[in-house]
Amino acid sequence: MAVAAPALRADGVTKRYGDRRALAGVSFEAGRGELVAIIGPNGAGKTTLLQILAGSLRATDGAVSADGAVGWVPQQAAIYGKLSVAENLRLFARLERVGDVEAAVDRMLDQTGLRERAGDETGRLSGGNRQRVNVAVGLLAEPPVVLLDEPSASLDPRQREVLWEFVGGLAGRGTTVVYTTHNVAEAERFADRVLVLADGELLFTGSPGELQQAAEGEDFEAAFVAFLRERGH
Amino acid sequence: MRWLLLKDLQILRRSPLLVSLLVLYPIVLAVLIGLALSAGPAKPRVAFVNLVPKDATTFELGGEKLDAASYADKLFESIDPIRVKTRAEAVDLVRSGDALGALILPRDATERLQNTINLSGGPPPRVEVLYNAEDPVKRRYVEATIESRLSEANTLLSAKLTTIAAKYIGIVVSGGTFSLLGQTIDVLGLRRSQAVIDGVAAGLPADSPQRAALAQVSRFARLASDNLDVSKPILASIGSPVRVKQTIVAGKRTPLDAYAVAVAVTISLMFVTLLLAAGMLALEREEHAFGRLVRGLVTRGQLLVEKVGLAASCACAVTLLMLAGLGLFVGLDWSRAPLWLAALALGSLGFAAMGVAIGGLAREVRAASLLALMLSLPIAFLSLVPSGSVSAALYRVIEVVSALFPFKPALQALNAALNDADPGLAVPLVHLAVLTVAFTLIARLALRRFD
Repeated sequence: MAVAAPALRADGVTKRYGDRRALAGVSFEAGRGELVAIIGPNGAGKTTLLQILAGSLRATDGAVSADGAVGWVPQQAAIYGKLSVAENLRLFARLERVGDVEAAVDRMLDQTGLRERAGDETGRLSGGNRQRVNVAVGLLAEPPVVLLDEPSASLDPRQREVLWEFVGGLAGRGTTVVYTTHNVAEAERFADRVLVLADGELLFTGSPGELQQAAEGEDFEAAFVAFLRERGH
Repeated sequence: MRWLLLKDLQILRRSPLLVSLLVLYPIVLAVLIGLALSAGPAKPRVAFVNLVPKDATTFELGGEKLDAASYADKLFESIDPIRVKTRAEAVDLVRSGDALGALILPRDATERLQNTINLSGGPPPRVEVLYNAEDPVKRRYVEATIESRLSEANTLLSAKLTTIAAKYIGIVVSGGTFSLLGQTIDVLGLRRSQAVIDGVAAGLPADSPQRAALAQVSRFARLASDNLDVSKPILASIGSPVRVKQTIVAGKRTPLDAYAVAVAVTISLMFVTLLLAAGMLALEREEHAFGRLVRGLVTRGQLLVEKVGLAASCACAVTLLMLAGLGLFVGLDWSRAPLWLAALALGSLGFAAMGVAIGGLAREVRAASLLALMLSLPIAFLSLVPSGSVSAALYRVIEVVSALFPFKPALQALNAALNDADPGLAVPLVHLAVLTVAFTLIARLALRRFD
């Protein structure tokens, strides 16, 4: 599916670990302000694809291009437990070479609602708050593209709602958001487009409604399972 | 990179237990070693039974009265005596472990000694020594201490006998008096005998047949006095017939306590640097921050350099503090402080590079700390194996293995910096620089396991 002005583009991305193939020529594009969910069973290659898009893992073959910096929010909070919320944000803002470090830290404290916890060590925060800091670090440099790996995995339902509201706000402001999730209901609710990945192959790209129609399930989750079964996964 | 360094220092500041251990460990080690060096080994407790009657502790040698107790005092300089009255009490003390050994001076010890000195016949005096062999190391120590002190006492007696024998020879040669069985005996002596004979011969007619006979006796007297004079140094040499000339052919003479300081500081340097470097690198992965960092924020090489620099700087500061602490107990030459710094700096860099290699391979903080300990202890022990204690082939293998790790060159560098010991400072410093590069490269390869 071609996008008019892609903010992110993957072209034939392949990753092999020895004889094992993790990704097999995955190609897709994501437009500005688009919310793209990557779904698939365990071991499908979702995290590997996101790591390659983020630049933290090198592809065996293929190419990735982005319109500007790419923000990266790994599945497990990649922050330092012994540092406070503000110190983590300040450290990564400096490493990202953000122009006005303190302004960026203030902005992220406001956006994530963590201002009152700014001085707390992140190791003492709840899983949800740690994840908020994790997301905030990925957004410090105000990247036009943000990649989130299972962002809601460790959150309770209320925290998930807050997160998706926040992510929706990002997309509303023109940021391209690509995320992986196991929760297909989230993909249905919060994605403009879904990519279905299984055994390293991209099996489907389209809107959640198109996927449901393609597999003719009672609901989106049933359609997704039927879709995978029809293709031998 | 400086922000990463600052971050690591903040993390260390917020880990008071870890920092306390890293700082306190070398200080405690320094104090313990210092106390051990300044206090010396504790005296072993030995039961002592003196069965010699109080009025018979003296013996006579060459007209001089000597007290056997003064020879026992020599022994007590090396042992802590538990004085008991009977042999049975001594045996009980040794059996119970309260004493490591027992020394029993029999009732007839001085009497037998007197007979031996007087050449009156009979067996020589004999002391009895009992050991508790439950602890072979302590038993060997007590055995060696008692044997060496008894040997000293024998040597002192032998020297006394030699002096008296020389005095008698002097009387035979030059004449004089001595006491025997309460009587003073005047001895003419060979020299005065010769003078008397020469005087008598001079008064005889030149053709007197007795003159030739007296000339013969006079020649004998001169010959005898001249040769007996020579016997004095011969007697003196009997006391210690073999002398030792010591020559060092390899290595300089380093006092044992100064070498112990070098070993203690090197071991502390190794532990602090290895644990810090390995732990801090593994922490980047454990906190899942590695992936975020290396996607353009810092390179893998910069990350390694930062960890090596952090661990080396901290360890250098801590071990310098340790050296200052040890300086309170052992005389250190502070004018050599710049050389200490060079040795500590290169040593800590070598250990830090090895530490990041361990951290890269282990990937988890606990596993990295465990691996650091498991690797460093055997390497340190191997590096301390002295030549000659194992076969030549095995020692070659040990030398090669030791050369592959920073402990031995770090110890050599520190020993050279502290004590001007062989092989000097330059060779181990170059060795450490090479190991630093090699281990950093291994760490760089190991970082692939972080992905």
